[in-house]
Amino acid sequence: MPRFTAGDRVTVLDLGKPGHVRIPWFIRHKTGRIERYCGAYPNPEDLAFGRPGLPAIDLYRVHFPQTELWPDYPGPPGDTLEIEVYDHWLEPAEPLT
Amino acid sequence: MTPEPIGYSADAVDPSRLVVEGHEGADYYALMTEAIHKILLEKQVLAPSDTDRVIAALEAPNVTWGARIVAQAWKDPSYKARLLADGSAAAREMGYAIKEAKLVVVENTSSLHNIIVCTLCSCYPRSLLGQPPWWYISKNYRARTVREPRAVLAEFGVAIPPPMEVRVHDSNADMRYLVLPKAPADAAERRFDDLVRIVTRNMMIGTELVEPYRDRG
Repeated sequence: MPRFTAGDRVTVLDLGKPGHVRIPWFIRHKTGRIERYCGAYPNPEDLAFGRPGLPAIDLYRVHFPQTELWPDYPGPPGDTLEIEVYDHWLEPAEPLT
Repeated sequence: MTPEPIGYSADAVDPSRLVVEGHEGADYYALMTEAIHKILLEKQVLAPSDTDRVIAALEAPNVTWGARIVAQAWKDPSYKARLLADGSAAAREMGYAIKEAKLVVVENTSSLHNIIVCTLCSCYPRSLLGQPPWWYISKNYRARTVREPRAVLAEFGVAIPPPMEVRVHDSNADMRYLVLPKAPADAAERRFDDLVRIVTRNMMIGTELVEPYRDRG
């Protein structure tokens, strides 16, 4: 059972992990909302070292206003960005009800 | 002297550091790949036909496959609904297997323009469209598309009138993305094959339009 569902507000963690990490710097510490649940996938942080990456980790697409990612974003305030984030890089932005 | 600890935190990134294009160190890996290939052939672990088969499979997909999916969606509203709900299943209906990941299709409308980028490397629906264009892999495109997408689009000659939303999709993990461009105004009257011909690779990445968006002021 995935921890989050579409619409939940989440904050991206900054786990400080070296190596093959798929969570880019610019979304860390940022808050967005779950756009969709994508399914569970082997952890790429383990796959990169020839390990099986199991159990598979829930993956979500997270939706951000560009102004949340870049305080000085040069475009209109309605512009957005969507990106995939694995469950262990997320925490609820507010208590889940 | 104690070396500075290496920072792996976002807080350690210097936002003013220079972005350098190129493939430093790639020569070494190209040479090693060639050497290993030669050894595997000599030891008869691999036959030359094995390599040919893999190269042929990599080169088989092409832009027309994606264009046929787009034209079908323009012609058939129920196919479009299935395509947006499950891109991989709808591609399979047209005879194309998306092998590397799940296909997510995002639709351009009169209020929303989508653009695809992979900030980390060059993730791209290769099993459908073939290999990505050189600029898609460039650090310039990858760094700037998430930061100033409208400036990047302007360099491709694409203007998005400000009331419209620009949505960037970072293809950073296990999904692959295809933009469903906004259909030409006369799509209903045009033949399927004619529509296939007008769809370009860049339209399916989001860096080209079929017709300019009208400024709604």
